[in-house]
Amino acid sequence: MKIGVVTFPGSLDDRDAQRAARIAGAEPVALWHGDHDLKGVDAIVLPGGFSYGDYLRCGAIAARSPIMREVIDAANSGMPVLGICNGFQVLVEAHLLPGGLIRNDHGDFICRDQGLRVENASTAWTNGFTQGQEITVPLKNGEGGFIADAETLARLEGEGLVAFRYTGLNPNGSLNDIAGLTNERGNVVGLMPHPEHAVEPGFGPDTDEAMRSGVDGLTFFTSVLQHTLARA
Amino acid sequence: MPTIVVEVMPKAELLDPAGKAVAGALRREGGHPFSDVRIGKRFELTVDGEVTDAVLEQAQKLAHEMLSNSVIEDVVKVTVA
Repeated sequence: MKIGVVTFPGSLDDRDAQRAARIAGAEPVALWHGDHDLKGVDAIVLPGGFSYGDYLRCGAIAARSPIMREVIDAANSGMPVLGICNGFQVLVEAHLLPGGLIRNDHGDFICRDQGLRVENASTAWTNGFTQGQEITVPLKNGEGGFIADAETLARLEGEGLVAFRYTGLNPNGSLNDIAGLTNERGNVVGLMPHPEHAVEPGFGPDTDEAMRSGVDGLTFFTSVLQHTLARA
Repeated sequence: MPTIVVEVMPKAELLDPAGKAVAGALRREGGHPFSDVRIGKRFELTVDGEVTDAVLEQAQKLAHEMLSNSVIEDVVKVTVA
């Protein structure tokens, strides 16, 4: 299975996402923002970073880059797409997920290991988790405050489209502690925290067992493998 | 060449952390009647040719669809400079 990772000008975590795909057992494929070619991939990751320097709005210019036309078409026809951090912002700006992301309410960039609760374990990217499972992955952002109008928020909650919620202290003022969303079909998932930084022992968050041993993020990538193989 | 100005502000009900930070600095400064600050964006669009109603309409569309995000911002002005 091939997982494509799009590199935009200013992407930072594209190589980390490729590495996560490889560790999970998939073949990572580098995709370029300026192309109109998905190179036959089975799933797509929009990685973290600061595409176009966060100019205009976070993710706004990347959402209008050439390859996004193909990404949007693929997402609309059911291909799994995961947006991590800046990638989540791109998905929101591309209207593949609702709401918006604004500067953290406390005004500071935050970088820490973050507890999350899996609120929807039936998406393409979360089926390896159990419903309500608590996981820890790194969080690092300055503009991660999720907002939406009351009607949208009620719909997200009512239809089970909240994929992840922050546990413990809300790190950025996100409404309803929302850390990530899915679309109705469950193929598009976006979240602010970084699962690709928690995929290999020695480089992940601390756990009760050992320092830096957390690999909860790997399940995102094994989930999409499972999802794709089950449909093949 | 004529210029069309587009102004975009964060929605009134939303926290504007940048404006809040400036307001905090203003409070520390003292000696003035300014109690709050909100920070928005101003875009200047250079127009090739004349600004017709159709061009102004295109600028309106651009302002709403690309230069602002209606979830978090309002377009407060689209005018010829």
